[in-house]
Formats: sequence, C-alpha cells, structure tokens
Amino acid sequence: MSEQIIEAKNISKYFHDPVKVKVLKEVSFSINKGEFVSITGKSGCGKSTLLYILSTMDTDYEGDLYFDGELLRDKKRDQLAHIRNKKIGFVFQFHYLLPEFSVLKNVMLPGLKLAELSAQEVEHNAMEKLRILGIDDQAKKLANQLSGGQKQRVAIARSLINNPLIIMGDEPTGNLDSKNGLIVFDIFKELAAMGQSLLIVTHDQDFADKTDRIIEMDDGKVIKQ
Amino acid sequence: MASRLILSISKTLLMARLKQSIVAAAGVTFGITMFITLMGFMTGLNSMLDGLILNRTPHIRLYNEVKASEDQPISLSPEYKDHINNIRSIKPRDDGKEIYNGPAIVAALRNDPRVFGVAAKVVAPVFYNVGATDITGSVNGIDVTNEEALFAFSTYVPEGDITDLTNINNSVILGKGLADKMLAEIGDIVPITTARGQQMNLKVVGFYQSGLADVDNITSFASIGTTQKLLGKTDSYLTDIQVKLHDLNLAPALAKEFEAKFGTEAVDIQTANSQFDTGTQIRNIITYSVSIVLLVVAGFGIYNILNMMIYEKMDSIAILKATGFSGNDVRNIFINLSLIIGISGGLLGLGLGFVFQIIIDHLPFETSALPTIKTFPVNYDFKYYLVGIVFALVTTFLAGWFPARKASKIDPVEIIRGK
Repeated sequence: MSEQIIEAKNISKYFHDPVKVKVLKEVSFSINKGEFVSITGKSGCGKSTLLYILSTMDTDYEGDLYFDGELLRDKKRDQLAHIRNKKIGFVFQFHYLLPEFSVLKNVMLPGLKLAELSAQEVEHNAMEKLRILGIDDQAKKLANQLSGGQKQRVAIARSLINNPLIIMGDEPTGNLDSKNGLIVFDIFKELAAMGQSLLIVTHDQDFADKTDRIIEMDDGKVIKQ
Repeated sequence: MASRLILSISKTLLMARLKQSIVAAAGVTFGITMFITLMGFMTGLNSMLDGLILNRTPHIRLYNEVKASEDQPISLSPEYKDHINNIRSIKPRDDGKEIYNGPAIVAALRNDPRVFGVAAKVVAPVFYNVGATDITGSVNGIDVTNEEALFAFSTYVPEGDITDLTNINNSVILGKGLADKMLAEIGDIVPITTARGQQMNLKVVGFYQSGLADVDNITSFASIGTTQKLLGKTDSYLTDIQVKLHDLNLAPALAKEFEAKFGTEAVDIQTANSQFDTGTQIRNIITYSVSIVLLVVAGFGIYNILNMMIYEKMDSIAILKATGFSGNDVRNIFINLSLIIGISGGLLGLGLGFVFQIIIDHLPFETSALPTIKTFPVNYDFKYYLVGIVFALVTTFLAGWFPARKASKIDPVEIIRGK
C-alpha cells in the first residue's frame, strides 16, 4: 500500500567554494505517500541542502533521486520546473511571497502556470485554500501588508494550490513566534490528517517530535530514522 | 493562455514599481526624442545647404566653348597630308556660343530615360543703361516652366511673378542688387543694350535674389524668346542646355557620353562643384557620427536602467522558479517587461521628437542668402522615426534579454540560500 513518493539513493553533494567540502555523504532514505516526515539536525548539518535537492531546485549532486517513481537525473530544467509546479508545494523559512501581487494572486500564480484549470476555477480554489487557512478575508491585500504569521499561511495556501503530492517546508516556523509557529504546525497536522504528504526541515525538536517520522542528520549523514 | 499569464505578471511587476518604470521609460523617451530632433534638424540644415547649390545647378550643362575649329581645311586635304602646315591667326567660327542644332538636342535629351528634365537657356552679355552709365551684365533667357520645375526658380524671386516672363512681352526679372543700382521698381521700363549695339526696352516684372551679391548685381532673367529677339537671333538659338538626371551620380559618365554624342562641351556637377561635394560628404559624416553617438549613449542608458531593474527583482525570480515557473517563463517575463518600457518610452520619444521638430521649425531664422527661408529647416523624414523606434525596441530587448537570460539560468537555491 505504502507508495513511495521520494526515494533517495546515496545522495552526495559538494560545495566547491572556497574549498571542496562534502556536505552530504551518501544519504539514502525514502518517504511514503501520506507520511508526515521531519528532518532535524544541527545547524549546518546539510538538512536544508538535502531539501533543496529533494525539491529539484538544486541539480548539482551525485546519486540517484526518484520522485514519484521517476529518476530525476536526466530531466531538463523545464521538466523539473513542471514537477515543482505540479507535484511539490514549497514553504520557506521566509514567506517568499511576491510583494507586487495581491495575496490571492500570489496563491493563484502556480495554478495559472500549471494551466490545467481555467482562471476562474484557479481563483475559486485559491479562495478555498485561503478559507481553510483562515485568511480569506485578506485575499485582496498586497502580500507585504500582512503580518508574518499570515504571510506564512498564505505561503502554505500557495503550496497547496495545485494539490501537490508532497509539501516541503524549510524551517517554516523558524521565523515565527511560538504562537504563530503553533498555528502553522496545526495546519500541517490537519493537512497530514487529510492524507497530505509532508516533508519538513526543522531544528525545532518539539516540532519534530510531533511528526510521524523523524530523520535525524548530523554532519551530512542520516544518523537515525 | 501561458503567454497572457506571463504578460500579466510583467505588467504587475511594472505597475508595482511605477515610479521606477517611468524613470526607465523616460530614459528611452529622452534618447529617442533627442535622436529624432537632432536628426531632423541636422539633415534639414544639410539639405538646405545642399539645396543652395544643387537646386540651381544643372547636373550636366551642355554648352559651346568659343574656340577655333580643330579641323582646318588644309588638314583635311589629302594633297598636303604629309606636309607640315603652319596656319596663323586662326579665329573662332562666327556661330560663337550657339549650340549647333540646339532644339534637336533638347528633344533627344527629353527622350533619354536617364534624364529627369531639360531646360534650355540663352545667355546674352548686355549693358544695362542707367542714365549716362552702363552696367555690364548678362540676361539669361530661360524656359520658365522647365526652369521652375528643375531649379525651383520662383524660390529666388521674392517679388513678382515668374509667369509674367512668358505672359508679358519684353519683360525682365532683375537681380536685386542690379535693380537697386538702377532704382528700378516693378512695372518700370529699363533700357538694355547688347554687346552688338542692339537696344531694347524691357519691362521689370520681378526681382531675383540668389543671395550671392556678385550674381544679383549683374544678372537678370527674361524668356528665351525675348532674349533671342534682343540678340537678333532665330528661335533655334540656344547657348546652354541644362540637364537634370534621375541619378546624380551618373553625371560624370553621362557628361562624357553627351559630349561625344552631341559634339558640344559638357560639364558635370561633380567637376563644376568639387569643393561642394567634399562639403556635403563632411557634413554627412558629422551627421552620422552624431547620430551614432546619440544612439550609443541612449542605448547604454536604457541598458543600465533595465539591468538594475531586473537585478532588483532577483528575489521574485527565485520565488517564481521555486513555485514551478521555468527559466523560459522567467526570461519572457523580463523581456516583456523591457519591451513594454521600450515601446511606451519609444513611442513617447517619437511624439516628443515630433513636437521638438515642430518647435525648431517655428524658430525664426532669417538670412539674406536665403530670401525664402524664414525659420530653421527641419527634415521630417519618416525614416528617422523608423530608425528611432526600431532602435528603442532592439536596445530594450537586448537590455532585457541579457540579464533575463542570466536570471533564467540560475538555480533558485542560490538566491534563496544567499538570504
């Protein structure tokens, strides 16, 4: 039953500047559909780097990475962009909303890009996601008029717009106060309860303890999972 | 659908930083305005200066030099062919400056497809009688219709009507300087004597002002018929045939051809006005260098502003890429963005350039050399507008394309991690 979304085999990664440093050392693990997984570890252990590779944004690595059964190695940039667009929702430490656009438009953009639905349907879905996250009343505001917690919720709404296979988060609560952090965690928890796969990088042990599975990293290696 | 999304993103990015976008567009506008204005002004001045010479100089002039015949009777005689013949005191033939068979040559030239127009002329050396003194000068008998068509004769006749030359018998248009000396007004009768002593009274119907005092002091114009009558010649008497060609550059070759064909002397405009030719070339070089410098400076300005704009938006690029926009999408967004700036700035530049041209066209510019010109000349040639807008589009496209291409290639991680 447990279908694998991500399967990483011996992923290694080097930083070349200023000296060649191996930041990821033959990392192997897999994530199944519907799992709520967190990656933890000390600062600088390579967990964010790993996430960027898993999210297809970083293509400079060694080893084999399968996403949804497909080997990513030989994919072109445009194909990777399409995978990100359709199958991955991303939430960053900073909200990374486009300040020029309204909240609604920010959420809609990936959906418009995918272009599988009409603009009206995308807008309807976007409003739906904002409603789930309790910020539909802010839809018409510009992204930078919102508070930090609200922005992060918009970012989550944006990551959900194309109903992705998995949501990846890079310290999504790292920049929030504990109250807002809790709200965001609860949202993730609810999403996981609805069957959404999640992969969250965090150094917050409390956060990690509440997830289904913890992948613990140290010095570029998975030490416990 | 996809391209509409890209376009709407570009527009939103533009509108969000409206002030910056306007500054960028203003940079384009400024460059194009200056280009259009200066090109119109400079080429206007150039063509005015060219016109000073070109408009009143025939491309080829056929005439007869007064000279003795090369073939004296004795050299044609077979009997003395092997002898050395010395002939002294040879005189030119008595037909003087007349072009032999003039009207037939004019007709032949008119049928030549390379010839734009032909105007025949009779030049008569005369004395203008002012009381007890005589002023030496010449009367040009002109074919008024063709003279006007080829050399815009009326441009140099600030007072009077040139058609009166043909409509009124025995009429004359006096050079302005000459008229001042003779105290002649329009409607006055002035006596004129030819070198051979024939006298005739001509009615003044206008004044001629070329701007060259030496010419205006001695020259007057009458119809060909009046001049022939003055000289006591028949109506086939012509001394000059002025030819204008479709292509000015053919003049030297055709002059040689006509010389051989019609048995007259022929001089082309390049030979007659070689210093003018150099002047035109130099002015053209100046015009082109100024325009190239203008475009280069404007181009760099445009490139700089757009470059800055795009680098400021690196964050947005990373976000767009992280959420699934491809490198091509990102590149197209920024190319769209710069093209919108290029089109709006460029069109505004064309409009402003036109306005400035109109303003210059209305600035007073009076000079005695050019009696008909009252304001600065401006060349509204459509060509420069075309160059202007094409340049605006090309530079903004390139200014967008280079940084956009770079942006399309970078991994979003590099930007995100840099935070």
